Amino acid sequence: MTSIFITLAYLSVLAIMGLLIYVIGFTAYSLVFGKPGRGTSAKRIAAHEGGEMYSYFPGCTSHSTAVEYDLSTKAVLKTLGVELVEIDDWNCCGAAAVHSMNRFLSLCLPARNIAMAQKRDLELVVPCAGCFNMLKRAERALKTDLDARREIESTIGFTYREDLTIRALIDMVVTGIGFRRIEERVQRPLAGLKVASYYGCALVRHPKTTQLDDPENPQYLDKLMGTLGATPVEWSYKTDCCGADLALTHGAAVVKLVNKIVGMAKEAGAQCLVCSCGLCQINLEMRQDVNALGLPVFYFTELMGVAFGLKGTDWWAKHMINPSALLGSLDLR
Amino acid sequence: MKEQGAGIELPERKAGHSFIQEVQDRCGENIRLCYQCLKCTAGCPTAPYMDFNPNTIIRMIQWGLKQEVLESKAIWLCVSCEACGTRCPNEIDIGVLMDALREMSLEQGYRAREKGIVALHNAFMASIRRGGRVHEATMLMEYKLRSRDYWTDLIPGMKLFMKGKIPLFPRRINGMDSIREMYRKALKKAETKRG
Repeated sequence: MTSIFITLAYLSVLAIMGLLIYVIGFTAYSLVFGKPGRGTSAKRIAAHEGGEMYSYFPGCTSHSTAVEYDLSTKAVLKTLGVELVEIDDWNCCGAAAVHSMNRFLSLCLPARNIAMAQKRDLELVVPCAGCFNMLKRAERALKTDLDARREIESTIGFTYREDLTIRALIDMVVTGIGFRRIEERVQRPLAGLKVASYYGCALVRHPKTTQLDDPENPQYLDKLMGTLGATPVEWSYKTDCCGADLALTHGAAVVKLVNKIVGMAKEAGAQCLVCSCGLCQINLEMRQDVNALGLPVFYFTELMGVAFGLKGTDWWAKHMINPSALLGSLDLR
Repeated sequence: MKEQGAGIELPERKAGHSFIQEVQDRCGENIRLCYQCLKCTAGCPTAPYMDFNPNTIIRMIQWGLKQEVLESKAIWLCVSCEACGTRCPNEIDIGVLMDALREMSLEQGYRAREKGIVALHNAFMASIRRGGRVHEATMLMEYKLRSRDYWTDLIPGMKLFMKGKIPLFPRRINGMDSIREMYRKALKKAETKRG
């Protein structure tokens, strides 16, 4: 008994030491050798048809948990002849953590990206709903709170021009590119695929900040899915919150919220969900009861890619619930 | 005009309305407009886990129960989904109000009863401060060390790592001077308010 206890204690001490060494090591690494990020210089994506260009704010998850969102966005927009120009040296938008702790910092972080973006005369496109929300919050403060504006401008060292348009990627796709041009590109209609459109919170709320679609019954994703040949289901949980970052601190609460959302999608007859936020996607796929539900969660750009018949896409392996079987059963993969 | 409830002795009156005024000055919302329709609580995803519902928090502010509000779990369990603020018939943006309450609670040194959430937010902020962008691996480990909750989500975390979704090496942006300046000013502002 004692020997087991000692072994366990020893192992846990080792593990904790390991964690400590890892944190200290990589912090030191980042401080000493930290090279500028790969995406710091303007990275251009060759356009097919040319002409249409947007500034692009990828956000931190584009290199980590939502890498397939970034890949599919670039592939799909390239097909549509839209060029994305990544903002120079962009930084994290701060997300919910920062605005929960410090309002001023939560405005400064996205404002620096606005400062970088307004160097070009292009509309700014943001794929992640969370980043989009933070950038719009900063924009609202810059436009309406003159004291905050002065302080932010002096901290970052820029002058805000009010003409920069910040758009969520889904908004740019639906109202900028438009359904007609998307329909023309559809080579493999998603016939038979029943989709529940999940908008979550950050994309549509608070409407005074986001100014996008309807806050209670948004339609952009549903209409886009219809254009791609899929069947959007009617359901009432499309803007219910997934629990966001409580997933890490209050896992059980988020499991309950997510199972409610995915369960309702299944009850409405959906085979999968479609969303536009990295955090929503990972929460919905990772925290749902896979055995009872098992609905894959797509980024809308991935389904556009399928409908456009894009080849050589390796997005599915990145999913926590692999959608290959579902797509295969409908002859889409 | 004579105020409603005149004659009832509430802490708010004793304290000379200071708490509600302090909150309103901070967040810019008119909290006196709330008539307890409960729409905020009905739509709140985390209300079942809160010690006080959002509508109760508003009533408590009106009553001047400063310590109870700033030490509540509710202000930390709010995930800012803004369902409340979007639906409020009196247009009180409760999400913004919750941000203000959390900020006040930190600045004035009230006890945060949701230590895990505060640890996560701190780890997140520290990660941005180090590199300008979040580096998930070190951020999560710092959170684990700060919260002393070492084992939860270890397996899902490893799965994500195996799928290449948690990059090993952090990156730094070029404009770190700008980031440091933001942090310096933001923390100084919080410090000034505390003092």
